[in-house]
Amino acid sequence: MDEFPSSAKCVVIGAGIVGNCLVGHLTKLGWSDLVLVDKGPLPNPGGSTGHASNFIFPVDHNKEMCLLGVQSANQYRDLGLSVDSGGIEVARTQQRMDEFQRRMTSAKAWGVDAQLLSPEEVRELVPFVNTDVILGGFYCPSVSVVDSLETGTVMRRLATDNGCRVLANTEVLDVVTTPGPNPGESTVSAVVTSAGTIETEYVVIACGVWSNRIANMADAYIPLVPAVHQMADVGPIDMLAHTGKEIGYPIVRDMDTYCYERQSSGSMEVGSYAHRPILHHPDEIPSNDEAALSPTEMPFTPDDFDPQMEQAIELMDMLGDAEIKYAINGLLSLTPDAMPCLGEVPDVRNLWSAAAVWVKEGPGMAQAVAEWMTYGYPRVIDVHGSDIARFYPEERSDEHIWARASEHFNKTYGIVHPAEQWESRRNLRVGPYFSRQQELGAFFFQARTWERPHWFESNTDLVQRYGLSERPVEWDNRWWSPICNAEHLNLRENCGLVDLSAFQVYELTGPGAVAYAERLAVNKVDVAVGRSIYTPWLTPDGGFHSDLTMMRMAEDRVRIVTGVFDGGRDKFWIRRHMPSDGSVRFDDLTSDITTLGLWGPNAPAVLAQICDFDLSQDGSPYGSLREVELNCGAAGTVKATLFRISYVGDTGWEMYLNWNDGPALWDTLMRAGGEYGLRPTGGSVYSISGRLEKGYRLMGAELESEYNPLEAGLARPRVKATDFIGKEAYLKARDAGDPEVQMCVLTVEDQHDSQGRKRYMQGGNEPIVTPDGKRIIDSHGRVSRVTTAGPGPSVGKHLLMSYLPAELASPGTQLGVVYMNEIFDARVATTGAVFDPDDSRLKS
Amino acid sequence: MRILCCIKRVPAPGAKINVAADGCSVDAAHLGFTTSPHEECAVEEAVQITERGGGEVTVLTLGSVEAGEQLRYAASVGAHHGVLVASDGSSWDPQRTARALTTAIESLEADSGTFDLILFGNESADSGGFQVGVRVACALGRAIVNGVKGIELLERKGEVEGKGQSEGKGEGEARLRARREIEGGFEVYEFGLPAVLGIKEGINLPRYPTMRGRLASKKLQITTLELDCVAGGQKLRRLHRPAETVSETSILGQGDTGVAAAVDVIEGLGLM
Repeated sequence: MDEFPSSAKCVVIGAGIVGNCLVGHLTKLGWSDLVLVDKGPLPNPGGSTGHASNFIFPVDHNKEMCLLGVQSANQYRDLGLSVDSGGIEVARTQQRMDEFQRRMTSAKAWGVDAQLLSPEEVRELVPFVNTDVILGGFYCPSVSVVDSLETGTVMRRLATDNGCRVLANTEVLDVVTTPGPNPGESTVSAVVTSAGTIETEYVVIACGVWSNRIANMADAYIPLVPAVHQMADVGPIDMLAHTGKEIGYPIVRDMDTYCYERQSSGSMEVGSYAHRPILHHPDEIPSNDEAALSPTEMPFTPDDFDPQMEQAIELMDMLGDAEIKYAINGLLSLTPDAMPCLGEVPDVRNLWSAAAVWVKEGPGMAQAVAEWMTYGYPRVIDVHGSDIARFYPEERSDEHIWARASEHFNKTYGIVHPAEQWESRRNLRVGPYFSRQQELGAFFFQARTWERPHWFESNTDLVQRYGLSERPVEWDNRWWSPICNAEHLNLRENCGLVDLSAFQVYELTGPGAVAYAERLAVNKVDVAVGRSIYTPWLTPDGGFHSDLTMMRMAEDRVRIVTGVFDGGRDKFWIRRHMPSDGSVRFDDLTSDITTLGLWGPNAPAVLAQICDFDLSQDGSPYGSLREVELNCGAAGTVKATLFRISYVGDTGWEMYLNWNDGPALWDTLMRAGGEYGLRPTGGSVYSISGRLEKGYRLMGAELESEYNPLEAGLARPRVKATDFIGKEAYLKARDAGDPEVQMCVLTVEDQHDSQGRKRYMQGGNEPIVTPDGKRIIDSHGRVSRVTTAGPGPSVGKHLLMSYLPAELASPGTQLGVVYMNEIFDARVATTGAVFDPDDSRLKS
Repeated sequence: MRILCCIKRVPAPGAKINVAADGCSVDAAHLGFTTSPHEECAVEEAVQITERGGGEVTVLTLGSVEAGEQLRYAASVGAHHGVLVASDGSSWDPQRTARALTTAIESLEADSGTFDLILFGNESADSGGFQVGVRVACALGRAIVNGVKGIELLERKGEVEGKGQSEGKGEGEARLRARREIEGGFEVYEFGLPAVLGIKEGINLPRYPTMRGRLASKKLQITTLELDCVAGGQKLRRLHRPAETVSETSILGQGDTGVAAAVDVIEGLGLM
């Protein structure tokens, strides 16, 4: 027998679909000296892979989930371990039929063949469906059924053929870390197993529902919870058996009952996402020995499943007389935001997570993690939505995970609006103005953990003043108010006060602070004290990792201000690349500093009421930082940093001040601004309409790792001399000449649909197409799609942003945008701004 | 025919059974619950008999309210009535259980008439006492055959070539032939009804519930009887989990390298 591997380059824990594919992909990328450990037997060690339904419906509105699902389906296909069964989602309600139009749009965006079916057409494909209870279907011929266990075996074998050692029936007892390299940090060093200890440089946790238990061994945290998905296998059914196939009919998803029916030889598997959320702590999962079936096939609780049986029989009468041969409460992993947990765990260096991944995206996500470990960031697609570093501390608790998983479990087959807000776990982080905003009727959107006013009901009077109205279709109107546009127009006419407390504010201090900041940023950080830069941070491959503002606060101090959606990732990126020589200190000032934005043509006049400072362009030039004292009347003087900048396209400032001083300044400005038309203004203007009119890019929307600054239109004329992450790739892209695609702003020329209703694209990846409806794809396979959509109240157009091939990026080019499966005329407006393109208002 | 099946809710364990902290019960934290396998066969046999010849099947269990799940399961595969003899969920000794069941059966029979056949599992899957069926039969003064793996309802006496060992009481009496396995063969008993049988797994292959059957079982009206009976002399002191039997495995080699070693072993055993 081979000796126990006392050391390894990398230990992968978990031999389910993810762990197996991971060692396979790492091997393909040149890794050796790998060890794969699982506490269970092979090929089915007892995790979720062993009882998975093993089908892939490729269409998802979410880009990462869809494209990694398609990537996974292709990998199964390439191994000859999948069958294209086709799949039909059936609708019982008109709302679902409308949702199918949206799914057709997403299918078009991602290049997945799909079509809508009448009930009779559904029955032609699945003759045992009761057409009386359905209104129609959404059919994908490329829905596939895969053999995840055999795929895992093949990928594992690929690794073992190249030296990977596999330890089955071997339990991980501890993940050992050592302190460093920076104070307060730790680095993984060994894995203690029931068979011995393995010294190792890297550890990957790919053990599904047990992942957080393993992470906890290293004092790390992977925010996921084991949750029940009930399924029952019923049969025998002659009609299915007569096909002579494992899968002879398309899989049916009964979307409005959150249920599916999937043939398995002579039986039908009925699965449910409709039952009450049933969550377990990992310690409640039995061991392989203790489990009657397998650890993740927990005892069936039939009472929870009964309503699904009735609905299943309603749809397929033959199921009623089929015997329930096997039924389980199968465990799968849920996270607080329904996205996976991929990447290096922020708590411990070289400890990686490949968790909360289902069979349908397992091979693709394993590839992404393998690339991440190899190249510094995935190449297959951008995965920022799955990055485990995205979570804030408030999201890394059992209370949060359980609440959110309970809320979204029943939305697995739900109709979820792109702007839909969570009901649970609200008010986790609020700005210092929260109570004042509540009194003003603020409608809050939650940005990860932070509550931000999206609009204020107190501004209802502006709707009439500007002659605005609701949108005619409920879907377009959902999570929106005409007050949003009213606040926008008021800001353009007068001024608005925007709460930016959710900004994540970090500082680098010390003799090496500027040098380190230079290493992170594309643009030169070493500017004069009191100046700022707006800059991308790149991945090693030259794509966007971040896009933010850096301020030279002092000779040895650089402030970094970034958006709340990316704060966690940016914080981790900073800490992960920090020098370990003690020359730089990192501080998170988010809880100490609040930010208010004051913008609009009257902003200088308002601020002048409480400030003796020269607020002209000479005294406070665009991009400058000024330390000032603001007179807040009875509340005294408040010190603030004025940052002349704008993300909404009108003159004004971001004002940084001590958290506790915030309310006094808010009150003072609101009083001082009354005669100048100052209104509290919500995030709708700040993050959508204001920035759209200016064509400002947003990280996570326009800016992803798949695109570089040249394509985004954010490249400067020259490249700084100092080195930075991604520089080599960036230079190479510059040397290649004009970018293949350019970020453009488009206007929707006719918003009326075939029913004569005015429609409003939501920015949910709607494809931009040629006038005759053809998808637009570049040589890298990147599709032109809407990255942000929203109103442009000051230009009277609905606006879209999208990357377009250079030959289509000229103003005036006629194109189309697909929304709810209809093509609307769109026209390229500019690669810059449709409003105030020369920035005269910014610098007035 | 009126048939009563006495069933028991028991844990559905995996390979390893953990003893609870009290030392007297099985740790059910990870366990589902089921009906003892012998009793599942008893229910199946009863349902088949009534499907062939008419009649009704009543299932009875002694246990906590959760045991209603097992009654419903029986209903989902064809039983018609369910009776729960309520207990506090603790484990009752065989004498106490038998007294309770006897009282319950007498009560049910007083209301609705004698059960032609009372079926028990040969023994329960958890405690395996082999006692309750026998005690109930004795208390009711009825014949019992245990270990039954075949039942044949006979034509009425006078139309049958009986073996003469039954307790037949005359023309028109229902009679039954029960078969049980013994080493090297079978024992066959014939007797008149009412009677009691201890059914053994293998007599049939119990059906799974259909989805319609499961849904129908939701409508089962469970009759609950509150009884208290004097405990018997048998007392559970402590459960002990024996040390795991470890079977040693030697890996002789992998692929071609193992062939020679395997040959050596086989030759060593004198098999070649």
